Amino acid sequence: MENKFDRRSFLRVTGTALSIGALYSVFPALTRKAGAEGITRTLAELNGEAPAPFSFMQLSDTHVGFNGPPDPLGTKAFENAVATINGLKNRPDLIIVTGDLTHDADSPDEHAKRFKLFKEISSKIGGGAQIKVVPGENDAALDGGDMFREFMGPTHYSFDHRGVHFIALDNVSAGRPAVGAEQLAWMKSDLARFPKTAPIVVFTHRPLFDLKPEWEWFTSDGDDVMNALAPYENVTVLYGHIHRENFHQAGTTKMYAARSLIFAFPDPATTPVKKPAPFDKAQPFKNLGIRRVNGNANGSDLQIEDVELATAEFSGTVGMDQMLKHGNNDTKDE
Amino acid sequence: MKTMFKNKLLNTILLASACGIAIAAIAPKANLARANDNPKVIEITAKKFEFSPSQITLKKGEPVILRLSSSDRVHGFMSKPLKIDTDIPADKTEDVSVTPDTAGDFTVICDHYCGTGHGNMKMKVTVVE
Repeated sequence: MENKFDRRSFLRVTGTALSIGALYSVFPALTRKAGAEGITRTLAELNGEAPAPFSFMQLSDTHVGFNGPPDPLGTKAFENAVATINGLKNRPDLIIVTGDLTHDADSPDEHAKRFKLFKEISSKIGGGAQIKVVPGENDAALDGGDMFREFMGPTHYSFDHRGVHFIALDNVSAGRPAVGAEQLAWMKSDLARFPKTAPIVVFTHRPLFDLKPEWEWFTSDGDDVMNALAPYENVTVLYGHIHRENFHQAGTTKMYAARSLIFAFPDPATTPVKKPAPFDKAQPFKNLGIRRVNGNANGSDLQIEDVELATAEFSGTVGMDQMLKHGNNDTKDE
Repeated sequence: MKTMFKNKLLNTILLASACGIAIAAIAPKANLARANDNPKVIEITAKKFEFSPSQITLKKGEPVILRLSSSDRVHGFMSKPLKIDTDIPADKTEDVSVTPDTAGDFTVICDHYCGTGHGNMKMKVTVVE
């Protein structure tokens, strides 16, 4: 009998819509399914830990240092995000940030200050959560990633977390929207030790497909990356850059974009010009990372539900609790 | 054995001569074709965060050369529908041949990050019938 993960049970974006990003719950079904012992054992041997249910959160495009227009709030949404994470009953043990941590600055000294401020704010995330980041073009495209490496570490790498293999891909520091031959070869080599059924999460800044090339929403060698990932059956790609939600599927690979924590871009299908959505004083965090995605009870495809966050009604810990009441936050598996 | 070698040598010489004649016969025509085509050259300059001119008009099916240069740093020059994807270095001119096959308005963007205004660095190419 072939041991396979149930793809639909691998990564579920649960009903924890936040004012901050997305909370993903990972439910490798194999821990409970007959015939899965072999692959569980294999993965445990490969990465030192067998798959187990866990949650992680994606934040994106904090643009520390940006201060409008259109958004005059600076780091307020980011700080709100940190407070909200800290107010969660079940805190995620992993946070990933998909690029543009900082907003680019003409002066290297000023850019360094922005990296320091990003670290200062993100370090307030409690609960012992690991924070893993990839650069956006604002962080790394002008200096080839030198300052990012100085403050945050390597621009591409991989790690294992609770039986899931995570790959951080850098598609910005070449200056152009590209991963490059060297990094692609590294990724192929990194993947080679895994069985085709291994659960894999790739996180990167730009979309790996042609979402809207004339808005620079693409990666020039994204097809090469996707071809390398294609043999793997349980791949999820998480990215940022576009400051709005998006879902795209190529083969069995599902790709999700997160909202930003600074300002939103409009829908390119209905808007001819790439221009940030106007700031709304009455709803300062409107369109900034509020997303609810529910798995069906029968395990079919994800349900994605947009939730607008009214700041006064839903803010901080109280707001989080209110929202969770409306969401499907069960961690059960089918 | 010697005779065989001589025959081979003779065949090679004859073949080379034939090729030479053929090339000589074709070459003037190729030169003529190049002279007749002589594509129009359009100069485009890039600098943070604009292209100059910001709009050009091309004719469908008519080859042109876009002569690209930058007055400050490396920029990108990319349009998927027009099949253009190149960098414009700061220190030399870059020629790109384009033969538009579809009429319409197309956007060319700088896709080599060049600073905080990079996101709006673009130009319009109108292709007419």
